[in-house]
Amino acid sequence: MDRFAWTSGLLELGETLVVQQRGVRLCDGEEKVKFDSGVLLLSTHRLIWRDQKNHECCIAIPLSQIVFIEEQAAGIGKSAKIVVHLHPASSNKEPGPFQSSKYSYIKLSFKEHGQIEFYRRLSEEMTQRRWENMPAGQTIQVNKDPRAGRIRAVGIVGIERKLEEKRKETDKNISEAKEMVELSKSIANKIKEKQGDITEDETIRFKSYLLSMGIANPVTRETYGSGTHYHMQLAKQLAGILQTPLEERGGIMSLTEVYCLVNRARGLELLSPEDLVNACKMLESLKLPLRLRIFDSGVMVIELQSHNEEEMVASALETVSEKGSLTADEFAKLVGMSVLLAKERLLLAEKMGHLCRDDSVEGLRFYPNLFLTQS
Amino acid sequence: MSFAWPWQYSFPPFFTLQPNGETRQKQLSAWCALALAYSRRHRLPAMTVREAQDSPLFANRRLQRKLPLESIQVVLEELRKNGNLEWLDKNKTSFLIMWRRPEEWGKLIYQWVSKNGLTNSVFTLYELASGDDTENEEFHGLDETMLLRALQALQQEHKAEIITLDDGRGVKFF
Repeated sequence: MDRFAWTSGLLELGETLVVQQRGVRLCDGEEKVKFDSGVLLLSTHRLIWRDQKNHECCIAIPLSQIVFIEEQAAGIGKSAKIVVHLHPASSNKEPGPFQSSKYSYIKLSFKEHGQIEFYRRLSEEMTQRRWENMPAGQTIQVNKDPRAGRIRAVGIVGIERKLEEKRKETDKNISEAKEMVELSKSIANKIKEKQGDITEDETIRFKSYLLSMGIANPVTRETYGSGTHYHMQLAKQLAGILQTPLEERGGIMSLTEVYCLVNRARGLELLSPEDLVNACKMLESLKLPLRLRIFDSGVMVIELQSHNEEEMVASALETVSEKGSLTADEFAKLVGMSVLLAKERLLLAEKMGHLCRDDSVEGLRFYPNLFLTQS
Repeated sequence: MSFAWPWQYSFPPFFTLQPNGETRQKQLSAWCALALAYSRRHRLPAMTVREAQDSPLFANRRLQRKLPLESIQVVLEELRKNGNLEWLDKNKTSFLIMWRRPEEWGKLIYQWVSKNGLTNSVFTLYELASGDDTENEEFHGLDETMLLRALQALQQEHKAEIITLDDGRGVKFF
């Protein structure tokens, strides 16, 4: 435990958060110490532990100190553990909670589980050794490593993690707020300036850094330029999953329907809404047989490339003419569509001048556009 | 003879301001035409916006549809832009619909004046609007408000001058 140094817990420039886990106790070799309940964070450079009750109490150890790691399975009344074997402390180490220790290893005890994932991530970081490419604390350098790390904001857990991170960092940052604001502004400007030149890796790292400071998405334009390799793969996957369901539903589905369908199929590894949208934005550019379409109202749908909504409008006009007038509900029932998509079709027909509207206390009805057809 | 309502008046969408630009233009033209025809037929005097909302012009009781206030204001503004409406107060609460623009009345009057070689003559307003000589003219029976506006338009063109006579006002044509 003497390899640990006190830290503010803030990530350095170039350092990215990989995973974190609550409810972790630290042990000095075989002995328990006072650090019995904290959040353990793994970054590209360090292992950081923060006391859950006292956020001021935060210690860290560089990953370069780790020789190797072992898993220790849970037992009766015992949590699963990771044993971390360490190099001796360097002479110029920053001050920490312990001056000396008779052990050359520590144990991380996962009282609230999470040991398997954490072990996996830690092993990955140990293999990749990203801290060697990106000396933390210096100005940002381009990482030539193609296997770029990223925070997978997966589903609800991902959102919860982000919130947890933000909350904790905000606590710490209150006293350093001004400095952080200045720093974040300069980074946001760098992103803006480098728009178009910035690589995917750099973008993700910038975003992660700002996220760790409690700032959400700094880049406001959401073009597929900000897509990643992950999203590309996901887009291809979606094309495969959605082909048949789309054909069954007349070639068009709302994005919420897609979200439910896809996540139901995936089971455990749920897709976050952002990831879904970002993947869908890439569909057209990847020349896949489906595309994302955003109506004027903001409603997002996935269409088969072969689907032509404008043609469907002509048939919609026929249907409305036959009945004299229709509401979105009535039209949906007649045609066998969801009300949301039925309304979008009627609105598109109105935009194209085929229909006009009657908006009264009785509701919104669509009529054939006699203003244009009748002289 | 009862007033002949146009087909749009029985078409419910007529009473909803259309979001589609092209459709809206057609709709507004129809509203303006209807307002002018109605105002001519019923010899509408000056009206308040409140009265307009309840008038059969903008409220079709049988259809159970009325043009909402904001839309009425759009129609009134369109009429004003075309020169067929005049606001009578700064707060835009009362207005006058002129189914024929003052300039158009002025033109008719001046045509009669020159056709009959009556330039350089003086007339009282009464003579013009209600005299025997003008009985067959369109402007015969024109109310004083409109007559004055017509003459003012001619005055702008230096074709007439409104003068004060012993028992009222008159006009001299040039």
